[in-house]
Amino acid sequence: MQPVEQAVRMSFGRLVAILASRGRDIAAAEDALADAVLAALERWPESGVPAAPEAWLVAVARRRLTDRFRKTAADAALEQSLAILSDLAAADGPESPHFPDERLQLMFVCAHPAIDPGIRAPLMLQTVLGLDAARIAGAFLVSAPTMGQRLVRAKAKIRDAGIPFIVPEPPDLPERLASVLEAIYAAYGSGWDEFEGIDAGGGLAGEAIWLGRVLASLMPADAEAHGLLALMLYCEARRRARRDAKGHYVPLSDQDTTLWSQPMLREAEARLRQAAALGAPGRFQIEAAIQSAHAGARLVGAPDAHVIARLHERLWQLAPRVGVAVARAVAVADAEGPEAGLSLLDEIDPGRVAAYQPFHAARAALLRRAGRGDEALAAYATAIALATDPAVGAYLEQQRRLILS
Amino acid sequence: MQYAIMFYETEKNFETRDHREDDSEYWGAWRAYIDEIVASGVVRGGAGLHAPQAATTVRLKDGQRHVQDGPFAAAKEQLGGFFLIEVPDLDAALSWAAKAPCAPTGVEVRPTLPSQM
Repeated sequence: MQPVEQAVRMSFGRLVAILASRGRDIAAAEDALADAVLAALERWPESGVPAAPEAWLVAVARRRLTDRFRKTAADAALEQSLAILSDLAAADGPESPHFPDERLQLMFVCAHPAIDPGIRAPLMLQTVLGLDAARIAGAFLVSAPTMGQRLVRAKAKIRDAGIPFIVPEPPDLPERLASVLEAIYAAYGSGWDEFEGIDAGGGLAGEAIWLGRVLASLMPADAEAHGLLALMLYCEARRRARRDAKGHYVPLSDQDTTLWSQPMLREAEARLRQAAALGAPGRFQIEAAIQSAHAGARLVGAPDAHVIARLHERLWQLAPRVGVAVARAVAVADAEGPEAGLSLLDEIDPGRVAAYQPFHAARAALLRRAGRGDEALAAYATAIALATDPAVGAYLEQQRRLILS
Repeated sequence: MQYAIMFYETEKNFETRDHREDDSEYWGAWRAYIDEIVASGVVRGGAGLHAPQAATTVRLKDGQRHVQDGPFAAAKEQLGGFFLIEVPDLDAALSWAAKAPCAPTGVEVRPTLPSQM
């Protein structure tokens, strides 16, 4: 049983990608693979594990797929099914020791512009890593049946709309790759508070990092793929320091750096250097560089606020989003004083941040530093009312009390 | 795979079409597009449609026909025509759709069901 589980866990995405790439039917590929795994669980204990377990699984799964196409051929597109059949026959036989790695194609399919952006990350987690819908649902804060239904619908769309299993060509590549990176980052951020970096539990951070590793290994010449991996590793390295023993939120400036994972930080630095050497800066590399600067500042004890502010400025130019605008204002305040940060916050369209807790929390903190106590109290009240994470709410409440005392 | 690529036009475009001068910008752009897509060999069928003012919609209610002047749904943009094209995948269909002169308004791309004929 052990070897079956191992073979499946290590290579689920690879096998699904191979099985789905011709028929474009991910659900059918997953079903066929599940059948093959069942067959393996029955047979391997008696007959022994085959020399090439993956090849065995693919061969059995392909037979299941072939049977399925034969059954549906009568009432569906006969021509297409026959074409797929001949493709299946012509493709690598099970005797071939090396299967092509088509996970990259699978990732591009999952993040295709024709797929709803909200389902891209869950789709990737399920098809590339084999996570079940219930586990993904928890991280994305929806019920398991809802998530299952959305995944089924997305796979049907891929099959019926004819989304190709290819790596896009250069003119389309940057934009399409950006969607893949976004989806992986969304998987990392699932169950997290975007701005405060709080782990709200049930997140899939480790799985997202695994996706990031797969992408970086398949696209080693892409700087942003390494940049994203570096960014996730920086955040992950500090996970244990983000809460104190009582579960209270601990901001970066107060974190116990001995709780930071040194191997992860080293790997993050190495990845970021690797990305920078490719000479193609981008959003994720800059975010990683900001994390690097913060971490370095804490470890070496000499924060360079101006460098951090400049990085935020670059990031704002590359990714003008509300979250980036708020972080930039805080960084500028650290470098030039609270009033400079506050005037940047005032430039943000109030309609876009009315319900955005990090904006009000940042504004409250800057108002307090600027000595505008009454305004700060009001801003804290708004931020506390908007906080969905109790630990963040408690932290803000404690900050608010500092003004009153 | 076969796709319907459906061209949506604004009211203004429908008005322009009614004054068909061969040298007008509107028809020039469509002519060039139609020539290109037909020459490529992907077209399996299609038609341009009269303006929505020419449309009549029928709905059957309790066995009774209710016939109404106008298109199925009131909207600022209306279907102006379509092609059926045979291409390898969605990306190829989207490329043809994006080249259409009405692409700024919008082109819907949908796979067709397998033919039963």
